[in-house]
Amino acid sequence: MAVSTWLRPLVPWCVPALLFGGWQFAAEVGWLHSRILPAPSAVLVAGWDLLSNGELIAHLKISFFRVLLGFLIGGGLGFILGLAAGLSKVAENTFDTTLQMLRNIPPLALIPLVILWFGIDEGAKIFLVAFGTLFPVYLNTYHGIRSIDQQLLEMASSYGLKGWQLFKDVLLPGALPSILVGVRFSLGFAWVILIVAETISASSGIGYLAMNAREFLQTDIVVLAILLYAVLGKLVDMLARAIERVALKWHPAYLN
Amino acid sequence: MKNDIHHVETSSALKIDLKKVSQQFSDKKVLNEVDLEIAAGEFVTLVGRSGCGKSTLLRLLSRLDQPSSGEIIFGNHDQQQQIRVMFQDPRLLPWKRVIDNVGLGLSGPWQEKAYQVLDEVGLSDKAQEWPARLSGGQKQRVALARALIHQPQLLLLDEPLGALDALTRIDMQQLIEKLWQKHGFTVVLVTHDVNEAVKLADRVILLEGGKIGLDLKIDLARPRSAAQALLVEYEQKILHRILATPQTVLSPPSVTKYVSQQWQQLRWAI
Repeated sequence: MAVSTWLRPLVPWCVPALLFGGWQFAAEVGWLHSRILPAPSAVLVAGWDLLSNGELIAHLKISFFRVLLGFLIGGGLGFILGLAAGLSKVAENTFDTTLQMLRNIPPLALIPLVILWFGIDEGAKIFLVAFGTLFPVYLNTYHGIRSIDQQLLEMASSYGLKGWQLFKDVLLPGALPSILVGVRFSLGFAWVILIVAETISASSGIGYLAMNAREFLQTDIVVLAILLYAVLGKLVDMLARAIERVALKWHPAYLN
Repeated sequence: MKNDIHHVETSSALKIDLKKVSQQFSDKKVLNEVDLEIAAGEFVTLVGRSGCGKSTLLRLLSRLDQPSSGEIIFGNHDQQQQIRVMFQDPRLLPWKRVIDNVGLGLSGPWQEKAYQVLDEVGLSDKAQEWPARLSGGQKQRVALARALIHQPQLLLLDEPLGALDALTRIDMQQLIEKLWQKHGFTVVLVTHDVNEAVKLADRVILLEGGKIGLDLKIDLARPRSAAQALLVEYEQKILHRILATPQTVLSPPSVTKYVSQQWQQLRWAI
């Protein structure tokens, strides 16, 4: 019993450990040529080198900055528009159709235009991330507001709640589970867009690191960059989950 | 509506006067020129078949709806009016702790008063719990406390005990009776349970097809027990009357009108 509670947190990591072990083994005995796929140890060494000369941190920093700023702009706009559309019929009529059309444009299809507009500056990447994160947050905020239990709203009005108090005590917390789904989705999606954008046109960032390494056939760095995406994606998801756990601590799913 | 706790005067009961009150939903007349006087401090129960208009009448008394025609006069015009409703389901905000649910909409230092009313319903030890952790009966008691903190002059109960198990139900009946005796407010209770109606009420009103079919004073000393011979007699009398009239085929308007918007379509972002 004591052993099983000890081991339980380790279980999810068994499969990754096996994969890495097999990969290392295959590289050691020569089944995998380093041009195809370098050994994990080689990737680690490359990672250590880039870390110690500060290059990796610099690229990570700039990528994080782009995701964060893009998400703040896109998510913030999506939240505000979603609130407006959810709370007011007029606002919904005014821009919901437009947004529904825009959201069907793949953000990456905008890349040629965005390069023409912004060149390969920061603006281009941040615009793309903002564009990609706006719609998930918009839709889920809107949905969250509209799906609040009508009976709770009736109760709140019978207790004289209106305006700011109604918003802060009933509407926002009621919509929050849905809003956070949008945030979580957006954060994951932000990385996808950013990496592609950086791969196509950038002079810094993780995407650029990978593209640059490809030019010089540095497969170890390419693999490092790919692994970093996985780690970053997981980190961002953990962050979103942590936010959920704090913000939704009242929710039966989190009560324990 | 003044919600600052200091402005709420100590409760006096509200008397209600309904004059030719009708309520119509599209082409269905749910209430038909109902005349009814309820004295201050009286405990009245409304009974009747589904769709007889009793919940509609309660919604009018709560001022959540306005009558199609007729007039409802509450107390004197200069009297402060605190009318509180307890619904079929407790309608607690799941994201607020019990104590904050009780203090909903209040400003000023209300906490002490909130503990006091929670104590009255026997839940002061649950003040810091999330509603999701409470049982059905406990949730209804929190809803009752939330109504009580406003020191209502009129308490409207829309089948608040309908979803509770038999034992919890008896507890709640006793609690409501006790609080009514202590605070002296007017109570209007809608119920399906004729026994409950007779046991609690000063007066049972039977609604039939949107009109008052029977208005019966229950002249029994309290506390009453459900098995008392006279009480059973009253109960039989009312039940016979209900069963003698054919069931009106009416969908309850409170259901058709207030179906919450369904947003089942999950729309994904990409």
